[in-house]
Amino acid sequence: MSTTKIILVICYILFAPLIGGLLDGFDRKISAKMQRRVGPPLLQPFYDVIKLFSKQVIFVSRYQIFFLLSYTVLIILTGVMFFAGTDILMCFFVMSTGATFLYFAGMVTSTPYSTMGANRELLQMMAYEPAVLLTCVGFYLAEGTFNVGQIASSNVSAILYLPGFFIAFIFILTIKMRKSPFDLSTSHHMHQELVKGLTTEMGARNLAIFQVTEWYENVFLLGVVGLYIINCNPYSLIAAVLVVFATYFLEILIDNTSARVKWDTMLKVSWGVTLFTAGINLIILMII
Amino acid sequence: MANIKRSPWLLHYDGSSCNGCDIEVLACLTPVYDAERFGIMNTGDPMQADILLITGGINAQNQPTVRQLYEQMPRPKVVVAVGVCACTGGVFKDCYNILGGADTTIPVDIYVPGCAARPQAIIDGIIQAVDLFQKRLDEHHEKKKQKKSGNEVKANG
Ligand code: SF4
Repeated sequence: MSTTKIILVICYILFAPLIGGLLDGFDRKISAKMQRRVGPPLLQPFYDVIKLFSKQVIFVSRYQIFFLLSYTVLIILTGVMFFAGTDILMCFFVMSTGATFLYFAGMVTSTPYSTMGANRELLQMMAYEPAVLLTCVGFYLAEGTFNVGQIASSNVSAILYLPGFFIAFIFILTIKMRKSPFDLSTSHHMHQELVKGLTTEMGARNLAIFQVTEWYENVFLLGVVGLYIINCNPYSLIAAVLVVFATYFLEILIDNTSARVKWDTMLKVSWGVTLFTAGINLIILMII
Repeated sequence: MANIKRSPWLLHYDGSSCNGCDIEVLACLTPVYDAERFGIMNTGDPMQADILLITGGINAQNQPTVRQLYEQMPRPKVVVAVGVCACTGGVFKDCYNILGGADTTIPVDIYVPGCAARPQAIIDGIIQAVDLFQKRLDEHHEKKKQKKSGNEVKANG
């Protein structure tokens, strides 16, 4: 591993929660502005996590923390592998395994809301998994490799070959980031039929761990968005950062302008979009 | 010591109220009053809540629920009774099923009077509750420290 890769990995481990938390803060601030409110301070997500760590720990099941920590470790590993420039297919496999642990963390409590949230988490996985797999396939067809390092240092940006795949990936990003039309498993805004879904039985420390893991995951996912843009030209890095911010803003906008859909709609729409955009793109790539 | 003042999460429970106070509680979260400025979030989950906001009185049916919600909240926690119904039973006080205010069942820290309590008063009550919330955590740490040093003295002696 070269030194730049090691630096990138260390930066990811140290700064991903900071970046993720700040993005979350921006999210809440921008959402508030969209609703004509003042909104919480930018650092609010960090205040929340600090508070959660200093509260009494009550748990429904002792094993929940084990599953949660496995989830955290696997998600961090996903990011580490990604920023170390290894196989993108492996990254997504590890991410899916991590998501399964999250499912168990909700399931193990065997309380109604948590179980329902966990079941919906599985449905969400089913909805986004095809697009995630196709993303890998797309990168392979466009660049001839699964290796993140080689994709990032190719001559042309992957998005030129993969616009359809990009749209599909952005679409499932809404599911992955637990944003509004598809926040089925955790219910982004509280006081709804699901209480807090998967995280209902996570209090204090456990919720804080979940939150920090989400930040790690978001940074990784936005990294994949950046991978579509980046090429061997150093200036493409700036373009990638801009596209990442634009994507994040789009997610906030979608979050604030839509109501939650039912699971079958989510499944149909996400598969439809994936098969349509990525599918057509795939056929064109194979013909050419 | 951790500053937890900036992130009070509420659990709102509607007891035997006329729903007047509940509307005012929700009004606090609208753009006009925007309680989220203070980091206040309205959570429906006792496991994640710091401040229990209770409106309306206690009756025979909701008493166990209120007690359970209170017990499910992790320490430190603060209880705010909003509106005269939650403070004393209010206009429903003499009804056959009403046991009285929230303090008949759980320890209430802050009383916000009014029928209905105004959003300004509710936010004011929450801000006072937040101070108490921080104080409780500090006291908890203080006690832990004392216990530790007490043990050391014992070990030395
Ligand atoms: S205090 Fe007044 S407004 Fe509030 S619940 Fe009681 S009767 Fe209704």
